[in-house]
Parts: sequence; structure tokens; C-alpha cells
Amino acid sequence: MSVEVKDLKYIYNPDMPGETVALDGVSFDIKEPSLVSIIGHTGSGKSTLLQHLNGLIKPTSGDVYIDGECITGEKKNLTEIRRKTGLVFQYPEYQLFEETVAADVAFGPKNLGIDEEDIERRVRRALKFVGLDYDEIAEMSPFELSGGMRRRVAIAGVLAMEPSVLMMDEPTAGLDPQAHREILSMIKTLQQDMNMIILLVSHNMGDVAELSDRVIVMSDGKIVMDGTPREIFGRRRELRDMGLSVPPAAVMAEEISSKLEGFESDALSIEELAEDIKKFRMTI
Amino acid sequence: MSYIEVRDLRIEFPKFDESGKALEPKRALRGVSLDIEKGSFTAIVGMNGSGKSTLAKCLNGLLLPTEGSVTVDGMDTRDDMHIWDIRSNIGMVFQNPDNQLVSSIVEDDVAFGPENLGVDPAEIRKRVDEALKKVNMYEKKDKGAHMLSGGQKQRVAIAGAVAMKPSCIVFDEPTAMLDPAGRAKVMEIIKELNAEGITIVLITHFMEEAQEAERIIVMQGGLVAADKSPEELFSDAEFIKKLGLELPPAIELRDMLGMDKSVMTAAEIAGRI
Repeated sequence: MSVEVKDLKYIYNPDMPGETVALDGVSFDIKEPSLVSIIGHTGSGKSTLLQHLNGLIKPTSGDVYIDGECITGEKKNLTEIRRKTGLVFQYPEYQLFEETVAADVAFGPKNLGIDEEDIERRVRRALKFVGLDYDEIAEMSPFELSGGMRRRVAIAGVLAMEPSVLMMDEPTAGLDPQAHREILSMIKTLQQDMNMIILLVSHNMGDVAELSDRVIVMSDGKIVMDGTPREIFGRRRELRDMGLSVPPAAVMAEEISSKLEGFESDALSIEELAEDIKKFRMTI
Repeated sequence: MSYIEVRDLRIEFPKFDESGKALEPKRALRGVSLDIEKGSFTAIVGMNGSGKSTLAKCLNGLLLPTEGSVTVDGMDTRDDMHIWDIRSNIGMVFQNPDNQLVSSIVEDDVAFGPENLGVDPAEIRKRVDEALKKVNMYEKKDKGAHMLSGGQKQRVAIAGAVAMKPSCIVFDEPTAMLDPAGRAKVMEIIKELNAEGITIVLITHFMEEAQEAERIIVMQGGLVAADKSPEELFSDAEFIKKLGLELPPAIELRDMLGMDKSVMTAAEIAGRI
């Protein structure tokens, strides 16, 4: 299981007045199941990158390999690519349209020509992974559900395709705190139980710190940082110059150390920060 | 008399089955009463579907009461004579910046509101320039709206509301779709507008944004579940959890450190260590 991106370049409106270089030589590899977050300001190229990974747009130059297979060459079977890389768009619940939850989740696999029995197995499995009970919910209309549940149904629709790479664009945007926590714990379950590469695009630095094995930072169409959450969020000033920020705990750690001589903390979560403060108290 | 008075407000949305037969209506608001004072800063929080946005749309007559009443400066939103006065007094800014810009050029978009009010062209020019300066977008006034980032578009939408010279602006999750820098700038502008005397109603899912208000209204199931100062509301972690909300980060940290309930910010935490 792998994703390889080699010197990817994409220009919107080439040779036109609005010519914009959206991706400018992007290269990275993901070789094993892990959660990799991509962060960057609006317009940095994150969403354009995701769209390349499941063949929605073709690069101006450069290549993308999924499981070793080049998906950017001529005459590629795009159905096969999209089965391997599932993309959950922003606000995916707006794309639900079937009369029942089961029919909506089954829509993708059905289009792949999979037989009925296997479809039902896939739908049950996908709903279970997003924390919903098939027997309770299968025959309900998706429109009767809460915002957070609708979003999970939409994600189940992508999981039912059984992709080896799952990409999610802002999966928690616009949700209330409880639905937000539900989506986070769903993503953690996917990380633990499903052997897959998960790519997450998010503006929520708290989520990124909590979930990621690795963080890629994009700015103006280029990768400008690539490392563990702790490495990346330690470079606070550079992130701020790019219009980004750090998790709330790191913001507070900075403020506290500016007011309290001798206090240092690289905490990414509030629990870690509380521990660091307790330790500091013992020394004074 | 308060500036905005909401009295036993009920909103029902009719529902029909596939054959067109009327079903039990959806009761989005089930008897809401509250006052909002001129110049105040009120946050409204609550879970998706709790009635926050429905309530916001009632404040300037985008939705009219099924029962009960809403008055603004003594004018009833159901009174056809006053609806335009009410709408020019209460501006609204919504969540998605892409859905609320109407013109292709930044300054045209900001001028749209005052033009519709029949404001004198010289006065419009003045208002547009002032509004764009206020949101720090003046240098982009002749740019195409589609060339802007989400945060910049949202600032233009705010300038459009400001150019109407409203006495109140209702923000419905204005930062939900923005990157961190965009979020911070929009919150800064909201606080500045309030400091200049504009009444602010801010609907948000971010507790650290709600914490900036002087008062937080919590909606649950179409009713007001709590109406308190941030200090009071966030002093009861159990209650917050029961409402499906969470504590702002600084208050979560305060509680983990066992500090007393008067501590509200990271700076105050530093002072107590």
C-alpha cells in the first residue's frame, strides 16, 4: 500500500489572463498505513492535490502512483483509480440523495458492478466503521438524521468502496462540539482497525495534532515542511507567517511561557500542557 | 424597552409526505423569549439543529413568527411598514463566503446594499470606502471577488453589512469555513465593530469565540437551555457536557490544574502558577 507523488505541477487557465500555478513541483511518498495531514492557508494547493490523487484532474506535469501503479498516464482506467482512492469532499452530507441510508451507502459499490450479497456485506461493514448500527438505521431516510450522523453516512458511502487510500477534506468543519468529537473518534477507529492510508486536509490544528502520524505543510503550491506533529508545530513563527497556527494547547503554552520565566512546553494537547505546568510547579 | 425583544417565539416548518399529505410540522423554535440590549455582544451556541440559525433569521424578519413576536427598536417584524427599516438596521453575515457575494467586483458588492436603499451616490462612495477600510480590504476594492481567499471574501461580506450602517450585525458561523489566519481576522473585526457601538449577535460552534461575548445563550431543541455570562456558563463542566458542548481550551486547562472558577484565560493561568 503506497502513495507516491513525483514533481507534480498543475496550472489553472494556462496561457490565459487568470493563469495560476496551483501546484509547483510537489513530491512525497507514503509507504505504509498511516494518517498524514496536509495543512496550508486557503489557496495553498491542498484541495488541488487531493483531486489529483483520485484522478479528478490531470497534472500539467509530474506523476502520481497508487500502490505502485501510475494513475496519471494516458488512457488510465479511472474507475479502478477511484475505487482505490476514496475522496470525502467538504460537507459531504450535501451529496446524500437516496431514500434510505442503506441505498445511499450502496450506491458506489453498485456502480462498480459488485453482486448484491457482497454489497450488503460492504454496507454493513462501512456503517459499523463509522459507528452506526445497520439494523437501526438502514431503512431510515438520510434526511431524518442529525448533521453529524448524515456526515458519517456520507463517509460510509466512500468506505463501502473499500479504498486503500482514504482522503478527507475538512471532515469536521461546521459541526457542533459533540458531532466533532464523534467524527474524531470515528477517524481513530479507522486508523486502528482498517489497514489504510488516510490523508486529512484540515484547518483545525487541534485535530491535526491529535490524529496525525505526519504533517505536510503547503504554501503557494509547494511543500514547505514535512514532519511529525511535534516537529511541525514547534515551528510556530514560520507557520504564523504562512497564515497558519498551532493547536490551542500550544498557543496557551506560548502565552504562559511569555509571562512566566523559565517555563517551557512543547505540549500539543491540553493534558500534556497541564502535566508540564504541574512539573514546573514542583520546581518552584 | 430593549433593542430587540423576542417574546414566546415559535417557528414551525410544514412537512408533507410523498403524496403531499400534511404531516406533523417541524417545530424549530418552541417558545423562545429574550432581550438583546443596544451595543451588547451576545453569542448563541448549541448543537446542529437546536434552532440557532432559525432564531437568527427571525431577528431581521427573514423568518416570521408562527406564534409570538419579535420587535426591533419597537418595530414588529410582521409589520410590512417596518420590515425594510428592520432589515437596514440588522445586517447578517452567513457561514459560506461563496454564497453571499452578489457582484464580481469587490467594491460593487459592498455598494449593493446601500444602492438598494437609494442612498445618494456620493454618500455610497464614502460608505464603501469606509467599510472596506474597516475590514482592511480597501486596497483590493477593484479586484475580482473570485480572486479572493475565503477569509477575504468573508471580510468583504462584512463590509457589505457595515456599509448599510446597521445598528446590529448577526453573524451565523462566520468562521466555520476559514483558515486560522482568516478566523483570527474576522474575530478581530467583530470585536472592533462592537467596540464602536454596533450590537453583535454571534452564532458559533467554537467555544473560544463564544467566550469573547459578554453573554452566551445556549439553544437546545428549539428552546433556550441557558442564558449566562461566559464565567457562569463555563463554571459548570457537567452541564456543558450535557448540552453537547465543550469547554474553551483555557478553561479546560484551568479545571485540570484545579484553579478557581474566576480564572478565564491562559494569561490568568500564568499569573496563578
